[in-house]
This record gives sequence, C-alpha cells and structure tokens, in this order.
Amino acid sequence: MNYEIKLDIFEGPLDLLLYLIRKNEIDIYNIPIALITEQYLAHLEMIHSLNLDLAGEYLVLASTLVHIKSKMLLPPAEGEDEEEEGEDPRAELVQQLLEYQIFKEAALGLEDRPLLERDVFTRGAPGEAESAAEEEAMIEVGIFELVEAFRRIIAGLDHPEQLAIDAQKLSLADRINEIMDRLSEEKQTTFAELLGETADRRRIVYTFLAILELMKLRMIRAFQVGPFGAIRLFLSVEE
Amino acid sequence: MEEKVAIIEALIFASETPLTVERVMEIMPDAEKKEIVSLVGELVRQYEQRGGGICLREVAGGFQFHTRAELAPWIRKLKAVRPAMLSPAALETLAVVAYRQPLVKTEIDRIRGVDVSGALKGLLEKKLVRIVGRKDVPGKPIIYGTTRKFLEVFNLRDLSELPTLRELKVLHE
Repeated sequence: MNYEIKLDIFEGPLDLLLYLIRKNEIDIYNIPIALITEQYLAHLEMIHSLNLDLAGEYLVLASTLVHIKSKMLLPPAEGEDEEEEGEDPRAELVQQLLEYQIFKEAALGLEDRPLLERDVFTRGAPGEAESAAEEEAMIEVGIFELVEAFRRIIAGLDHPEQLAIDAQKLSLADRINEIMDRLSEEKQTTFAELLGETADRRRIVYTFLAILELMKLRMIRAFQVGPFGAIRLFLSVEE
Repeated sequence: MEEKVAIIEALIFASETPLTVERVMEIMPDAEKKEIVSLVGELVRQYEQRGGGICLREVAGGFQFHTRAELAPWIRKLKAVRPAMLSPAALETLAVVAYRQPLVKTEIDRIRGVDVSGALKGLLEKKLVRIVGRKDVPGKPIIYGTTRKFLEVFNLRDLSELPTLRELKVLHE
C-alpha cells in the first residue's frame, strides 16, 4: 500500500535550510556547507522514508548544496591571489536565504498586527459563543516540530520490533477515522498518546501520516506549549 | 458643528465598510472636504480621550469603529469561532505580494523557493490578493497585488503604512 501525501504546510527548502542554520546556531554568512548538506539530505531522507511526496524544489536545493560543496573542495583556480579569490560559491545561496528571511520576518510582522476578527472586532461580526473553555497559551506547531517529535518517539521504542503477521489490515482511512472519533469524543489528545499506544512501527507510521493528512485538510490543529512541550491536537472548528 | 460631528459618527457606525471622506461628501453635500476631514479628526480625538472600549481608526482609506486590541481576550470569549488564521506559507506569500507588488508569480516563487500556486490561490479566494493585470512580455503572465480587504484585515490605512522591510545586505560589493 502506498500513500502519497503532499504537504503544503511545508514551507519549502529555504525554510528547511534556515531551520537547520538556526538549530545549529550557524552564522548565515559562513555556512559550513558539508555539515548543512549532510543534515539537509538526512531530512530529505526522512521525509522520503515517510513516503511523503517531496516537492521538486527540495531536490533542486539539495543538488545546489552538493554543487557548492564540491566547488569549495576545489583549490582556487590558477592566477588568483588571496585578495581577490573567486566569488564564494555560497554567495548566491546566502543572498537568497537572506532575502527569504526578510520576507519570513515581514510575514511575522504582518501577523503581529492587530488583525481584524482576531484582535480587533467591528460591530456585529458573526459567530457568538455560549461559552468557551480557557486555553493555555499555546503556539501552533508546524511540520518540523511534528517530524522531530515523531523521530523522538520512534527512537524511544526500546524493545525490538516484532515482526508480527498482520492479520488485521490497517488502512490510513481507518486510522484517520479512529483519530477523528477519538478527538470528537475527548476534544483533545496528544501526539505522544496517539503514537505511543503501540509498538508496531507500521501503526505508528500510519498514525503519523493520518495526523499529517488531517492537518493538511485542516480538520485538526496542533499546538504546543513551548519547545519540547507535549504536542496537543484539537479538532479545528471551522465556520 | 456638534450636529455635524454627530451625523458623521452615526454614518461611520452604520456603515458596513470603512467610511471614506468622499462618501461622506456625497451624503452631506453642503460640507466641504476640509471641514469633513477636520470633523472626523475631532471625532477620532474624542474617542481617544474617552479611552473606552471602542476606537475610531482609519483603515483602508476610510474610517471604522473597532474594539480596542487589548480587549481581544474578552471578545474572543464572546465569539465561538477561532479566528481563521493564515498558514505560514500563505502569510509569507502575502508578505511578498504586499511588499513587492505589482509582481508576477515567478517572482514570488523565486523569493520563497517553492511553487506558490496553492498559497496564491488561497489568498485570491480569501480576497486578500487580486489580479491587477497582465505583464506585457511573452506569455502575458498575471500580475498580482493586494486588495482593499487586505488593508482592512491587517489594519492598515494604506500600503505606505506597512512596516519597512529590513534592508537586504548585498554580499559582494
């Protein structure tokens, strides 16, 4: 059975690269290409192993990274002295990253504004509640946090995987329905709870895929209280 | 004077969209533009001084009452729906359009490093972005820009009120 899931919550290869740069606390003007390339490829590998459909742009950037890496291994061409050594092969990529970063910040700046229907309200806008429960101050999590959490849970499986003969066929649709049923009953659950129920790798992967699919369809939303906090899943309430 | 301020206050209150000075001029033909502008200014001051739960603010070229931002937690208790937030991808795409408009899709693709078709479609559907025209080059690509609704949702008087972008450093001079 093959499921392909296209993730549009993934914000692109530049975002992944910035994420790695931040995570490693690297100076963006002096990126250790070998290290970053290795981690970038490892991430692609992981995405691939989850059978998620990798957008072509990720591969383009992967090849750019490998290309830069190989260029940097070459000795400088003859006749070039120290002072005016050829252009840093990373320059173009860094420029692109910086530009992307500016717009990423600009996007956050937009989000910080007093938004209509979120921070400021005009008269008689729709949707009044009888009452709503208190919420913790939570941040919405994206794909990277989920993938990290997924990796932690997989790594935490200490006992050897049992190669059970799976009489009971599990489908992604079943798992999606199970999760939706559970959420509509319990209102919320955590990522670890859903994944931790079982040691069966296939079931874990299906659970993860089901969560991603539901997030993509915007049927559920994921929140986290802080870094490494439990990731909580909620049904999204659409108008 | 007092009477006119009251009329303008009532007009803004009853208007569904931000009320422009031009619209007030149509309704009150006797008043001059300069007078209306100063009356609206007077009204804005009155609301500021009062320091109540309602502000009068210039949004998308018009004037509109809205609740004070600090009171949002209370209003959210009143409202059932969670605000329909934009995904990070949509916000980034919107930021690029807002700051670089008018522009074609390939330019947005280049800056974000991904194909933005999906995000752009969502923004068009939400009426935050619109088609401004077509570029006069082979293929006649579509040119995009932001809408009035974008200004309303993001609480902007006009595009010049967008915070300035951090300067892009050029690496090799």
